[in-house]
Amino acid sequence: MSEGQAFIRFDWIVDNADAIAGRLWEHVQMTVIAVVVGFVISFALAMLVRRYPRLYGPVIGISGTLYSIPSLALFALLIPFSGVSLLTAEIALVSYTLLILVRNIVAGLESVPAEVSEAAQAMGYTRAQRFWRVEVPIALPVIVAGLRIATVTTVGLVTVTTLIGLGGLGYLIVNGGINRFFPTSIYTGVVLAVALAVVADILFVALQRHLTPWARNRATA
Amino acid sequence: MTQQRSEGAVVELDRVTKRYGGPGTPPAVDELSLTVPAGKIIVLVGPSGCGKTTTMKMINRLIEPSGGRITIDGEDIMRLPAVELRRRIGYVIQQVGLFPHLTVGDNVAVVPRLLRWKEARVHERIDELLDLVGLDASIYARRYPNELSGGERQRIGVARALAADPPLMLMDEPFGAVDPIRRDRLQNEFLRLQRRMRKTVVFVTHDVDEAIKMADRIAILQRGGILAQYDTPDAILANPASEFVERFVGADRGLKRLSLGRVRDIPLLEPVIVHAGEERAAVRRRLESVAEIDYALLLDDRERPLGWIDSQDLVGEGNVDPAAATPGAPTVELETTLRDALSAMLSSSVQLGVVVDEEERVIGLASVDAISDALRAPIIGADGHAHHVSTP
Repeated sequence: MSEGQAFIRFDWIVDNADAIAGRLWEHVQMTVIAVVVGFVISFALAMLVRRYPRLYGPVIGISGTLYSIPSLALFALLIPFSGVSLLTAEIALVSYTLLILVRNIVAGLESVPAEVSEAAQAMGYTRAQRFWRVEVPIALPVIVAGLRIATVTTVGLVTVTTLIGLGGLGYLIVNGGINRFFPTSIYTGVVLAVALAVVADILFVALQRHLTPWARNRATA
Repeated sequence: MTQQRSEGAVVELDRVTKRYGGPGTPPAVDELSLTVPAGKIIVLVGPSGCGKTTTMKMINRLIEPSGGRITIDGEDIMRLPAVELRRRIGYVIQQVGLFPHLTVGDNVAVVPRLLRWKEARVHERIDELLDLVGLDASIYARRYPNELSGGERQRIGVARALAADPPLMLMDEPFGAVDPIRRDRLQNEFLRLQRRMRKTVVFVTHDVDEAIKMADRIAILQRGGILAQYDTPDAILANPASEFVERFVGADRGLKRLSLGRVRDIPLLEPVIVHAGEERAAVRRRLESVAEIDYALLLDDRERPLGWIDSQDLVGEGNVDPAAATPGAPTVELETTLRDALSAMLSSSVQLGVVVDEEERVIGLASVDAISDALRAPIIGADGHAHHVSTP
């Protein structure tokens, strides 16, 4: 580091605040799209698995395989079909959420005690009422735990999409920082990405506490 | 608070069969025919694998019968959508199965809300039901199940099953998961409720003593869902229909019969009453004039029993000496079971029980002879006729 040049140049951050905010916003959007789409697909897969338990193995096998493909390779595989685009990035990001989300949603639904399901059936809930009003609410803590992991993971993975010209905060790290050897840009990107992950996690914890007040209480007798 | 009470329903099983495998596999329940009279508790009891739970669950179609017909008040249960049928039948299980994500109030309100009652009526009903099972609605309605003790959960389970006032209740080992003292209390509470409600109750247990205590009628099932005997507890204990029933109810069935009777059911003896300071000679003459008893009962100045005076304490002249009395006259009440009364009497030196009322005033004496006579009395069976007792 040369004399006279500060390691972190706050004046650069101030001058480029708009561009940084733009990258942060892009990062948030890409994360939200990936988690929401991933959740919808995973929920559908989990319902399928519950209906046909024999599908659990194949579903977990396939999402596990997707999870193990390096992101760079996955982009390379997708570009011939979907080009250098947001779609390519999101297909990859969504694929990575599936394993975590399917596994947690299924585990959450399986955590519903058999006698609770039986009681629901015996009280005269229809199959759909039982699922939405009893099983899903009881599974919620485990499902939200999966969402937390998937979201934090996705926040990290979005940075990699800078390789195909997107990347949100990843752009600040790679294009602005590493390629031009400019530490301020690297640290800005890293700190904001970490902060984003932490804030997302806190939001989920707050959401869960709000949605599952019953899980907080401990037996008094 | 006034409310409508639905009368109990008549449940009829007509050659009901359940096979879990295909045709030719041994049935879990084999052509079982049974009529459950309205407003009675019938207990299905038997060893594990006898099909008692399967039989119960076929009534609300948690298990679909493979053959035969079940009717409730004459209506074939297969004609109704299962969901509608179940909303009309109360259901209580051993593990209770309260919904952990709903408050106690919302748990109780499940069936009324499924039936789309008005919210005001639902809330009224929650208060009424919690009151019925002895829990303060202002404290409990907002709690979650994981804040309750086992006994409280079980009470809420019963309240939830009663919510929409169903004419029929199915109960699968409902008190099996609580300790013996709480179980006894919950059983008594339920019997008290039942005296007011007059529901038809199909109750499953593997515990003969619970069956004897709870049942108006007992159906004893044998492995494979074969009905071994269906009769009143007294008739089953007095005249077991087969060696299987005899072994199942146990070698102490004579004693078990005693727990069906109450002190109020036997003739009491008139006691010879003595107070401190009475003349011995007068008491001696009174005691000699009665044949059945050899002891006079010494009372304190508030008419409560102190002990026994025998003829030796009355020899000679002078007054009765309270210090000479044999202490430990066991007191029993009219509601005490004959079994408990006999037990109290056998453990005291003078084998007479002093029957007292709520204020501990003496009503009469219970004797071992009177209890053993009660065991020889004819039995009123389910057919309403008297039968004689076969000797064990």
